[in-house]
Amino acid sequence: MPGGEPDGAALEPAIDLDVIRSFAVEIPFLKEIDTRIDTLERGRCRLSLPWQDKLVGDPVSRVIHGGVITTLLDSASGMAVFSMIPKVMQIATLDLRIDYLRPAVPDHGIRAEAECYRLSRNVAFVRGRAFQDPDKQVASSLATFMLESSTL
Amino acid sequence: MTEEHLARLHKMKVQGRPQALVDAIPYLKFLNVGARLEADGSLICILPNQEKTIGNPTLPAIHGGVIGGLLESVALLQLIWSLEGPSIPRTINTSMDFLRSGQAKDTYARGRITKQGRRVANVRAEAWQDDPARPIAAAHGHFLLG
Repeated sequence: MPGGEPDGAALEPAIDLDVIRSFAVEIPFLKEIDTRIDTLERGRCRLSLPWQDKLVGDPVSRVIHGGVITTLLDSASGMAVFSMIPKVMQIATLDLRIDYLRPAVPDHGIRAEAECYRLSRNVAFVRGRAFQDPDKQVASSLATFMLESSTL
Repeated sequence: MTEEHLARLHKMKVQGRPQALVDAIPYLKFLNVGARLEADGSLICILPNQEKTIGNPTLPAIHGGVIGGLLESVALLQLIWSLEGPSIPRTINTSMDFLRSGQAKDTYARGRITKQGRRVANVRAEAWQDDPARPIAAAHGHFLLG
């Protein structure tokens, strides 16, 4: 088996989801842009935020700024990782790639959901999507996170 | 309306007022982003240290999404500044590497156009705090022109 990493008991998710929620709602930037946690389950997180004029990135088209979508996807991805790790630890985004599939429609809020689909001893792999209408995806993302990043 | 807006943005560029261009973008104004032009024509964006951009209160560290947005913005602004006509390119994708945690300090960013074709431009961007030689994040993005 390539890598030969054990998927056994040591990597069982163990952090209470309510603990993750209570941490997340205290994050200043997420509060500042009125981010809500819609759902959090093991390996999956869905966040949303309402339309706000201050988040516009293009004054001509009034499309929401890519940085807002980046924030939502990064946060949803990080929370999906927290829901899967065996103990409380620092995690850090190693890289994040976002494809903008279509412009977001002005005057409507936006949602992002992420799934942590593989957790190894050191690295978590996450895919995500942002959308308004579930059938019309606005962006997709791939991210990796380093676990125990304080020991880097 | 659209034409008017574009003409206004173009005028800021012709007049050499990058801060006015940044202030016309609501999200960047909300983040209090500053902009200045270097002698070589490159544009520097400054994200001042402020409590609202914190994403990890324990360290504390700036939210990765804020730094990602700064990188995308500086790449776009550098493009807008370098393009001849009045247009706003659209981001096709961005790929970001987070190299060091963004401490609660002022953060700087600049972009470099690596290729400008007829329809697509490739731009690289970096963000740093104390030392440009020790970037905290780097990105490359593809942008649709015209």
